[in-house]
Amino acid sequence: MLRQIGATSIEQLFDSIPEDLRLHQHLNVPAALSEIDLLKKFDEFAARNQAASRVSFLGAGAYSHYIPTVVDHLISRSEFFTAYTPYQPEISQGTLQAIFEFQTLVCQLTGMDIANASMYDGSTALAEAVLMAERVTKRSKVIASSAVHPQYLEVAHTYVQHAGIELQHAPFDSETGQTPLSAFDTIDDQTAAIVVQSPNFFGCIEDVAALAERAHNNGALLVVAITEAMSLGLLRSPGACGADIVVAEGQSFGVPLSFGGPYVGLFATRDKHARQIPGRLVGEAYDKNGRRGFVLTLATREQHIRREKATSNICTNEGLIALAATVYLETMGRRGVQEAARQCAQKAHYAARKIGKLEGFSLPFSAPFFNEFVVRAPVEASPLLEKIAREKEIDAGIALSRFDLNQPNDFLVCVTELNTRAQIDALVEVLRSIKLY
Amino acid sequence: MDSKITKVTTHISHNEGLIFERSQPGRAGFSLPPLDVDEIALDEIVPRELQREDDLAGMPEVTEVDVIRHFTRISAWNYSIDLGMYPLGSCTMKYNSRLNEKVARIAGFANLHPLAPEAEAEGALQVIYELQQHLAEITGLPGISLQPAAGAHGEMTGIMIIRAFIDARDGKAASETRRTMLIPDSAHGTNPASAHLSGFTVKTIRSTAEGLTDLDHLRELCAHGDVAGLMLTNPNTLGLFERNIQEICRIVHEAGGLVYMDGANMNALVGVARPGDMGVDVIHLNLHKTFSTPHGGGGPGSGPCCCTKELEPFLPVPRVVRRGDRFKLDFDYPQSIGRVKAFLGNYGMMLRALAYILTHGYEGLREATEAAVLNSRYIAHGLMADYEKPFEAPPMHEVVFTDKRQARKGVHTLDIAKRLIDYGFHPMTIYFPLIVSGAMLIEPTESVGRQELDQFIDAMRSIAREAIDDPELVLNAPHSTRIGRLDEAAAARKPVLRWKPTQAATAR
Repeated sequence: MLRQIGATSIEQLFDSIPEDLRLHQHLNVPAALSEIDLLKKFDEFAARNQAASRVSFLGAGAYSHYIPTVVDHLISRSEFFTAYTPYQPEISQGTLQAIFEFQTLVCQLTGMDIANASMYDGSTALAEAVLMAERVTKRSKVIASSAVHPQYLEVAHTYVQHAGIELQHAPFDSETGQTPLSAFDTIDDQTAAIVVQSPNFFGCIEDVAALAERAHNNGALLVVAITEAMSLGLLRSPGACGADIVVAEGQSFGVPLSFGGPYVGLFATRDKHARQIPGRLVGEAYDKNGRRGFVLTLATREQHIRREKATSNICTNEGLIALAATVYLETMGRRGVQEAARQCAQKAHYAARKIGKLEGFSLPFSAPFFNEFVVRAPVEASPLLEKIAREKEIDAGIALSRFDLNQPNDFLVCVTELNTRAQIDALVEVLRSIKLY
Repeated sequence: MDSKITKVTTHISHNEGLIFERSQPGRAGFSLPPLDVDEIALDEIVPRELQREDDLAGMPEVTEVDVIRHFTRISAWNYSIDLGMYPLGSCTMKYNSRLNEKVARIAGFANLHPLAPEAEAEGALQVIYELQQHLAEITGLPGISLQPAAGAHGEMTGIMIIRAFIDARDGKAASETRRTMLIPDSAHGTNPASAHLSGFTVKTIRSTAEGLTDLDHLRELCAHGDVAGLMLTNPNTLGLFERNIQEICRIVHEAGGLVYMDGANMNALVGVARPGDMGVDVIHLNLHKTFSTPHGGGGPGSGPCCCTKELEPFLPVPRVVRRGDRFKLDFDYPQSIGRVKAFLGNYGMMLRALAYILTHGYEGLREATEAAVLNSRYIAHGLMADYEKPFEAPPMHEVVFTDKRQARKGVHTLDIAKRLIDYGFHPMTIYFPLIVSGAMLIEPTESVGRQELDQFIDAMRSIAREAIDDPELVLNAPHSTRIGRLDEAAAARKPVLRWKPTQAATAR
């Protein structure tokens, strides 16, 4: 091949790189590992992740749910996972039709009109929603509940810090765990949006309909974030409550925990905002013989056409994870999603009833919850949880002190359909019997 | 190819509808054990007005077999790397090793919660740490964060770091006057979009007739004291190495700005040259390009951001650090731009990229680069007689041609791309970069052998002949696919972005 192109050495291929910039020694990277040695190395890494095999009640934005076998099987088809972004519709209809189904499912679950082809995750989807609210309303103030996932708020802050948006925080009620209407008293005619999460970071269900009214009375939008998307199987949809933009983490739908990613951001809004939505959209189209197909559409919003005037800089999104969510939702279907949601709620309430009766422990928030709730321990939560993990091999929850919240004794417990009654009873027994001091 | 073959389109697998059109009440594909705790009334859990009232109407009700057939059928409508060469320029569609997929699915990673106690997740943290070390070595830039989820996300992170650095260096007030980001006219659209998101005004630098950054124009733009930085892709999107890169960096640095490199084209450089040695201050990498993590039909990606020691304090938090023998999260970087994503980034992609690096080793990484460039040169040589090559310089890992000669017969880039489908190839990147009229940007990567390269060249040359002998054949392509060209203009005029029950009624 070298001869064919008129070169005499491989080195010559790199002639356009100045001599003094070319590496004349090997990279300081190990020599190649065989398949056997590589697997051994990664098995050793994995063995040091004891938490992966523990009984776990960890949630807070990443949830352990049952994943039907077909999900990984179908997303492992090379026709899906080794394909690129579907820019050539004639040979990408598999991906495009799957995204169209994904968009439809997101609309059905959230109760919204339109949804995009995915965002990176729930946190970045929320940040994009804040930016979109500013574009739609041309107003620059956004008031976010402080009961939104702290990491989501941090990401939103990073995204908006140079966009001329003032991000204010509305305090939550320390009795109910909800964000009261009065927390948004600073709303005015410069407010682009109210942002709430429901169920919120503490698991409490917010009064979304009342908050929507509050926002709309001031000409602002209501942005609703959801970290536990399984709640949509049971709770009134944000769309039915009047939300204008709904963002969610879709990890609960068939996506492994995988130490935090890749997950998938869901993003849905009203028809009238179609041209302000960030990210890719798939729409129906027809060929000249009238055959139905699907294409990427409304591309004039996007960076590859609009450059700095684009609605977002996002390009690569989470295609394959959106596919996983699609396969999950279609396999579970209408009744499966309802059943998983029912079991999550029933089991979480069973656990809460038992823990709430333990001496010294209490449930500090009175609002209704779905499958996560805060427990107040008689001692600092962080060392208590560490002790339980070490001595009993149960990850009993997440200490709120990890999030700079001033609630040192509180921890967040999450229960899903995967937690058996025996596991819940064991957790209760551990909390009852562990020596606290 | 005989275009007169009548297409068969009645095959059941060609007519798979939407899943919603398959749905039958009462069907289900899931299996959960019965509830094993004492059940209480739903109204005791949440008040009625907070409960879902639509009973999830419209959501599919299908069996597991329905799901398997549905997705298996529609998957057959996709082109994929496993089927053949995917020569999308700047997208780097290389083979995705099954071993890397296996690694990402090891239960000790797949079932690991991101907020698990650090001491119970040290293996996972060490994976991140080791990948950081290797990427720092490959780029020559020691500061690194793996938090960004994709290339554009890494760009935004890098540009925000530049902004934070300048704010700290010059003070808030003085830095307000330094809000210009320079971007070549050949850049990816994400560059200006990311600069805008970080609060910069974009000024465009011209390219020379040779296809390189115009140094005179760069000097002129740098003369006003308002330049915060330059975003440069190297090799650029014409596949040409910016041989004046050191001078470019010097000009920008002397003007008080920093140099950001878009690492989309790192597949031309790994093991051969390092951005850090060129004077670059900050770069993003695309693990889903250079390091072979699968594109998945549009993601997930991963866009690590690497920078100089000087910029390190500004990287996103938390950072994964080594303290003696332990691996930990460190949040204590008061100058950090903040968090750009929940948790630690697209971890599954990090596992795959580390597996790629370790199975290649230092020799394999360099060999991959050499093969990628050689393959691109081979295509450049093979197509020169039939297609217009607008830049004389020999290309690196990708090469740009145009439709100038074919356009005389009314055959344009889009038509050539669509006709290529009939020959069994995915088209190249088309109409990008924007500065080349009718651009066809071809990147074969190292994952093809000579035989397939020859087949591709033959196909392209055959299309060039068809454009002369039978332009209609090319203009109406593709002829071999399930559907023909779709009316995208009509789709955008009245967008239908979701299925609705009424639609099903009319479709049947």
